[in-house]
Amino acid sequence: MTRGWRWLVPLAAVPVLGLLAYGFTLNPREAPSPLVGRPAAAFTLTSFDGAKLDLADLRGKVVVLNFWASWCYPACYEEAPALERGWKSYRDRGVVVVGVDIQDKDEAARKFINDFRLTFANAPDPGGKVSVDYGVYGVPETFFIDREGRIRAKHVGALSDQMFAEAIEPLLAAAGTTK
Amino acid sequence: MLATILIVAAAVATAQPTGRPAGATPVSEQDVHDVAAQLRCVVCQTLSVADSPSEMAGQMRGIVRERLAAGDSPAQVRQYFVDRYGEWILLAPPRRGFTLLVWLAPLVAVVVGVGIVAIRISGWTRARRPTPPPVDAAMRERIRQELERET
Amino acid sequence: MIPEIGHGALLVALGLALYGGVMSAVGGRRGRPALVESAQHAALGVFVLVTACLLLLIYAFLTFDFSVVSVATNTNLGTPFYYRITAVWGALEGSIVLWSWLLSLYTLIVILRHRTSARELYPWVLMTMLSVIGFFLLVMTVAAPVFARSLPIPPDGRGLNPLLEDSGMITHPVALYLGFTGFTVPFAFAVAALITGRVGDFWITTTRRWTIVAWYFLSLGLLIGGWWSYHVLGWGGYWAWDPVENAAFMPWLTGTALLHSVMIQERRRMLRLWNLALVILTFSLTLFGTFLTRSGVIASVHAFSQGAIGIFFLTFLALVVLSALALLAWRWNDLGAQGELDSIVSRESAFLLNNVLLVAATFTVFFGTVFPLLSEAVKGAKVSVGAPFFNQVNIPLFLSLIFLMGIGPLIAWRRASLDNLKRNFLWPVVIGSVAAIVLRLVGVGSSVAVLSLALTVFVTATITVDLVRATRARRAMGEWTLPALGGLLLRHNRRYGGFVVHLAVLVVAVGVTGSQAWSVQTETTLKRGEEAALAGYRVRFDGLRESQESNHGKVTGSFTVVAGRGAGTVLEPAKKFYPQEQSPIAYVDYRLGFVDDVYLVLGDFARDGSSATVKMQVNRMVSWIWIGGLVLTLGTLLAILPERRRPA
Repeated sequence: MTRGWRWLVPLAAVPVLGLLAYGFTLNPREAPSPLVGRPAAAFTLTSFDGAKLDLADLRGKVVVLNFWASWCYPACYEEAPALERGWKSYRDRGVVVVGVDIQDKDEAARKFINDFRLTFANAPDPGGKVSVDYGVYGVPETFFIDREGRIRAKHVGALSDQMFAEAIEPLLAAAGTTK
Repeated sequence: MLATILIVAAAVATAQPTGRPAGATPVSEQDVHDVAAQLRCVVCQTLSVADSPSEMAGQMRGIVRERLAAGDSPAQVRQYFVDRYGEWILLAPPRRGFTLLVWLAPLVAVVVGVGIVAIRISGWTRARRPTPPPVDAAMRERIRQELERET
Repeated sequence: MIPEIGHGALLVALGLALYGGVMSAVGGRRGRPALVESAQHAALGVFVLVTACLLLLIYAFLTFDFSVVSVATNTNLGTPFYYRITAVWGALEGSIVLWSWLLSLYTLIVILRHRTSARELYPWVLMTMLSVIGFFLLVMTVAAPVFARSLPIPPDGRGLNPLLEDSGMITHPVALYLGFTGFTVPFAFAVAALITGRVGDFWITTTRRWTIVAWYFLSLGLLIGGWWSYHVLGWGGYWAWDPVENAAFMPWLTGTALLHSVMIQERRRMLRLWNLALVILTFSLTLFGTFLTRSGVIASVHAFSQGAIGIFFLTFLALVVLSALALLAWRWNDLGAQGELDSIVSRESAFLLNNVLLVAATFTVFFGTVFPLLSEAVKGAKVSVGAPFFNQVNIPLFLSLIFLMGIGPLIAWRRASLDNLKRNFLWPVVIGSVAAIVLRLVGVGSSVAVLSLALTVFVTATITVDLVRATRARRAMGEWTLPALGGLLLRHNRRYGGFVVHLAVLVVAVGVTGSQAWSVQTETTLKRGEEAALAGYRVRFDGLRESQESNHGKVTGSFTVVAGRGAGTVLEPAKKFYPQEQSPIAYVDYRLGFVDDVYLVLGDFARDGSSATVKMQVNRMVSWIWIGGLVLTLGTLLAILPERRRPA
């Protein structure tokens, strides 16, 4: 090999090491959702109170769709009060909070609802069809659906009051525009 | 000959394995398994939906079963999941676009490797063939005499 | 008390390692043996201190000393005695202690064996070993302190990850680490060779046995890992191409390449540059493995944790790779291969092809493992690269390698004449082809399985041909068959040890082929007393029972499995509920067999025990994989026996 070319060998390792370093900036457990901007999948569930819960009935309102489970500690436990507060503050302005309980046992779920004194509608998702329809891969996950029934945002992880407000306001502001 | 073997092996390897004896269970369980084996279990990170013992995987298998029963083809069922989760739900990246790179990698590696080896070997075999030393008349005479002495 | 003592000891050890590294380098450079001896004493001191720390840690675990954070995180008052010991290396901090201890042990052995026999290289070998130990000591004291104190001291610990409560956890990490750390020694010798410029054959012939032993333990670690995955994780498989599994597999692949190309350097004095590069690559891959496991950069079932420790490992990896390759580039021109070959059809070619295939497989696995990173970096898109990909691309490579296993040992060096080829390969090729036809006729549908098994028959035939011929030659000289065979194996133990190792690989290959091609599974919900059938076995659900163990609650399902008209076996898969875990852990029950393993996993169940969902598998030939491990052990032992010089 002529003089300088042999130094290519150690140099060749640099991009590989660089790629590995780049890996530190990523979170391998997070994945972008292809559903943002698309119409929210329809579903009909039976809530824990026995009432029918149909997404179609909520057209015209801003919907906060939250997926949770009683075993999801600590994130779901942190955000439950925030969701309840958000529900109470915004319900008069046309916002509905809906909780879907996945991969859970009914008694544990009911206990969760009672412990946090949640008043918004919650329903279990037997068979997991709704969670798959929304590409749910962990709990908690929250979807923000606008009045036309389109998913505008998705949040993975515990939701805070501030995040709730920040996501809701733009959807409320875009009032009444028909497609 | 080795090259032929490699090519044959490669061609054969792309054939789908079909040697599964029929069990006493309905055939569609195997179909469910085959489709589920190509989907990634979202909770376990490396296992397929077919293999994972988690509850989420069980539910996903149920949905695969439903969709196959409703008449979807395996490709359609896969697309169903891709539409909702994104391409990462497939355990093997699609063979087109950017992800084609990862499928080509082994081929490139073997071709480059064999190429380098071939070049080196041809260099080594060329080095081996030395020109025989020139034999002049005096040498020839000596050889003849020595041979006569031997026999 | 213990946290402070342990931490202090590690700090002293770190100081000694740094001192020793510097002293041996200066001593080597200036030709001052006294300095090197001082470094040697420092290395002995490091060994003593690290041993003491390991024992201290084990003691802390055994006595429920929750003042040590590691003990509090990984055990609780209910953890059984046995698992309290394995919990020592079950988590990040303790695993690094184990790694460091093995490194310091190996350094001790290097000192005892090579301090007089490898005069020139010795100071640099010592420097390298101490530098590597120094890094790990740095990790243990700064990045992930082993002896961090819990404030306040909790009354009870969190508990061990239930998946680690298994006999596999005792042996798997130890075997694996013996393999990983073992490769440090050939690497150290390679570095020493490059620094001193003595890049001839000495460094590689001296480390031949080290390479074999490290390779063996790595193989063992991989097999035990497969066994653990099979009987604990509840999915019925033994290899998932998980990034961490890949990270252990890659140095195994390059290590195998090294084992073979060493022979070419020994016989023909060729490939000196390549062997140095291969050793550097193998060692770098072992570091990459520890980086991957501990950095959380690529998601995996295995990953210990995330955090700053990843940056430590990546920095060290970068340092090692760049400086070792720079050394190689520096000495490049002294490594010119004066190779000579008569024909492309020769053993050298077969070995070179073996290397190409193994390194190509390594590249494929590496590229596939880091591809998700690349995809996100370049396209911002998240993709998965999993088992279907790795299986498909690696099968042709491995099948070709099996074919080469038959060719390599028998084909002549330099140039294989037509006569040589005919004599050695005619019968095996014929037998292999016949086997392929027979398999097809018997109804084996999968072409891959047919090819794999036919190649196995081919290779076995070549080994038999060689053995028969050699034994016959000895018999012609008046020996009886068995003593002839025994004498043959012992006299040429390297060659025949290699054959036995090849046989072991074949046995594993048969196991893998059979299990991939012929395993079946199903999932059903059964009411009490109801039966399901699969592949000639009937499974009846008998009922559930609840129990409370020392650190978990357990629901056990009772199933009776009947094969044909025989007596039934009772299998009891269970679900274990650990208070510190969010979801229950599946406890698999199985009945192993030479051909069939029956495997049950309990799914959902009704609270009153009236029904249960069970996943049932009939896995075929899996036991052959474990048997292959036993054969591997025998072959390795045979291969590393000291060479006998007197005529047998």
